[in-house]
Amino acid sequence: MKKRIVVMLLAGGQGSRLGVLTSNMAKPAVPFGGKYRIIDFPLSNCVNSGFDTVGVLTQYRPLALNAYLGTGQHWDLDRNYGGVFVLPPYVTEGENGHWYSGTANAIWQNREFVDQYDPDYVLILSGDHIYKMDYAKMLAFHRQKKAAATIAVLQVPWEEAHRFGIMNANVDGFIESFEEKPKEPKSNLASMGIYIFDWKKLRSYMEADDADPNSSNDFGKNIIPAMLNAGETMVAYPFEGYWRDVGTIQSLWEANMDLLGQKPVLDLDDDAWRIYTRNPVMPPHYISLSAQVTNALVSEGAVVEGTVENSVIFSGAHIGKGATVKDSIIFPNAVVGKNVTVEKTIVGENSIIGDFSILGGPVRPGEKVNNKLTGDITLIGNDVTIPARAYVPKGQVVNTENPHEPAKEA
Amino acid sequence: MINNAFGLIVTADRTTHLKDLTLSRSAAAVPFGGRYRFIDFTLSNMVNAGITSVGLITEKNYHSLMDHLGSGKEWDLHRKRDGLFILPPFMTKDNAGVFRGAIDALRSVMGYVRRTQEDYAVLSWPRVVMNMDLVPMMEQHVATGADITILYAEDGSLKPEDQNQDLRLVLDEKGRVIDMELDAFRPQSVNRSCDVMILKKELLEYLVEEAYARGEYDFHRDILLKKYKTLNIMGYKHEGFLARLESIEDYFAGNMALLNPDVQKDLFDPRRPIYTKVKDEVAARYSVSAQVKNSLVADGCLIEGQVENCVLFRGVHVKPGARVFNSIVMQGADVGENALLDHVILDKGVKILPGRTLQGYDSFPIVIRKNQTV
Repeated sequence: MKKRIVVMLLAGGQGSRLGVLTSNMAKPAVPFGGKYRIIDFPLSNCVNSGFDTVGVLTQYRPLALNAYLGTGQHWDLDRNYGGVFVLPPYVTEGENGHWYSGTANAIWQNREFVDQYDPDYVLILSGDHIYKMDYAKMLAFHRQKKAAATIAVLQVPWEEAHRFGIMNANVDGFIESFEEKPKEPKSNLASMGIYIFDWKKLRSYMEADDADPNSSNDFGKNIIPAMLNAGETMVAYPFEGYWRDVGTIQSLWEANMDLLGQKPVLDLDDDAWRIYTRNPVMPPHYISLSAQVTNALVSEGAVVEGTVENSVIFSGAHIGKGATVKDSIIFPNAVVGKNVTVEKTIVGENSIIGDFSILGGPVRPGEKVNNKLTGDITLIGNDVTIPARAYVPKGQVVNTENPHEPAKEA
Repeated sequence: MINNAFGLIVTADRTTHLKDLTLSRSAAAVPFGGRYRFIDFTLSNMVNAGITSVGLITEKNYHSLMDHLGSGKEWDLHRKRDGLFILPPFMTKDNAGVFRGAIDALRSVMGYVRRTQEDYAVLSWPRVVMNMDLVPMMEQHVATGADITILYAEDGSLKPEDQNQDLRLVLDEKGRVIDMELDAFRPQSVNRSCDVMILKKELLEYLVEEAYARGEYDFHRDILLKKYKTLNIMGYKHEGFLARLESIEDYFAGNMALLNPDVQKDLFDPRRPIYTKVKDEVAARYSVSAQVKNSLVADGCLIEGQVENCVLFRGVHVKPGARVFNSIVMQGADVGENALLDHVILDKGVKILPGRTLQGYDSFPIVIRKNQTV
């Protein structure tokens, strides 16, 4: 049976810029927004767009992601024909298999998966972006323009354009050239890493690319330039709305903060475009007599006995009596002890912060903090236990290997 | 784990006095505790004990219940083998489709009972909210060789006007039932049945058919009360939290009890989770002006006003300046600017216009019907 379109979701990234948060899980499994994981966004977009066949390409720490996706039932992707599939690299007879060497290679290695549905189109997505988008509209645009490839683009501020892959398109949207992180950008239309290809065309370009030993097998670096050089019809699909790459600690923190405020920049409370997730089986959250909660998101199973301000509290997290949590993100099942002060910190899953500790306090004279990844955000990894009365300065990273190192007496 | 019993839940029950809350739904489908329905507790207790076949007898107004249960997948009861069987009433030559009592209801589903592979039935009326482990009760039932084991809890209170199916057990030192009273004016025992019973499938069949043949229909009065001397009926005590939901005051007090963290720990014991239908709501959002104390708040709520001692169900909106005290607010209700609510139960989808004031009392909470506008 034929499917018009198959979705391939690139979830293989280690997400090394997220530091200790991805030490035991792939980036798409990182929590977001009180009850979600990053991958819920592209998956929900697929379902809401009416696309029901999704291959999730993974090669780094797939356990958490595998267990999370299950049969796909939480996204209504448990289908008789189609549904969600986790596709790891594999070994074949005779020739030895190998890891995915690039984004295009990941698709190439799984061409048989796509071929079995005999689709006209494939949609390529990344697993590390937060946005709501109707891919069906993009597909209609692709068909209307009779394009070989359609690339979703977003207008970014000119001063930031040098950080993105920039599309130079004419007024009708036809792409004339493409530059990866240009020093002097000619346009501010940034690629969002969302592509629709004609499957037959893409297949032939991937085949040629695979035969080239010098290629890095990447969509941005190899496939798209090759298609442009060959004169294929390539169009830019303009997207307006919220879109964030949450590949860094700073951007992950900012995107969570975008959910707060009087009129949140990103409002997920949208009946017409729900974000689906594997819901935890937990009671409603409890706000105690001693608690004070303002400008915050709090999810089910959480218990708040302290003060929470401008923060996101995930399911099952516990904020102790007398604790103050400000501008912070507390991941699922983390426990913040009594009288703890938490400022501009991300506390990882299942971590326990001892009573009277201070997280995100000023860097004290003579203290050295390695904050290359974190800037001014303090980061506590997953499953870390921090003893009572610890002091963790601003920007510090704490993981299970060094939980005691920064935990000096206050 | 229990692997030799099936569950049988009797929701055909017109004896609860929940007034407006049961106008459009059966008592088993009445919302409770911020995101649950009564039936969730009964079903979860069975599933957590390892029971995989559950028959659910419905009678009137079961649309809301069916909608909630769906295929049973939230309880892991959507199975190829066994699973959840919803057993609505239907008319046959010897069944009018309307039940006079539980015996009629049970007799009409004997087809299901006979087909089950398991030897024991766990028979339950979802009138009590609790999180209990059925495994030791089953072990006791088998070890003592009892004919029927009835779950009970101590209950010293008595409100004669709300009495219904108030079954009291007098036990000897071994736990055997030596006397029984139903809706007694002055009960001799504090041991009150929780309406969860374990018995052999064959015994259930026999008792139901025999009583039916004599034109009897009330399970408690016509079977238990008449047979306790000849059958070996044992009691099994429930020690944890329990809320009986027979009147609006009970319902109100039962919800309010959840604001006690010890009760939360007991009723929401993570070793035995309570499953319910998932709605994929977003996390609850508190605005800068939110002031919330001592409350249970479900996902999807947006709180911009003041909330104290409340249970808020999913998707409730409390607008700026609104004050809500000692109240139960069900799914999707909307409390307008500067409204004041105290001791109020708002059913699903109720809209309170700005500036309205409603004040009830502990023993007389005001109930606003589903989808009403005040």
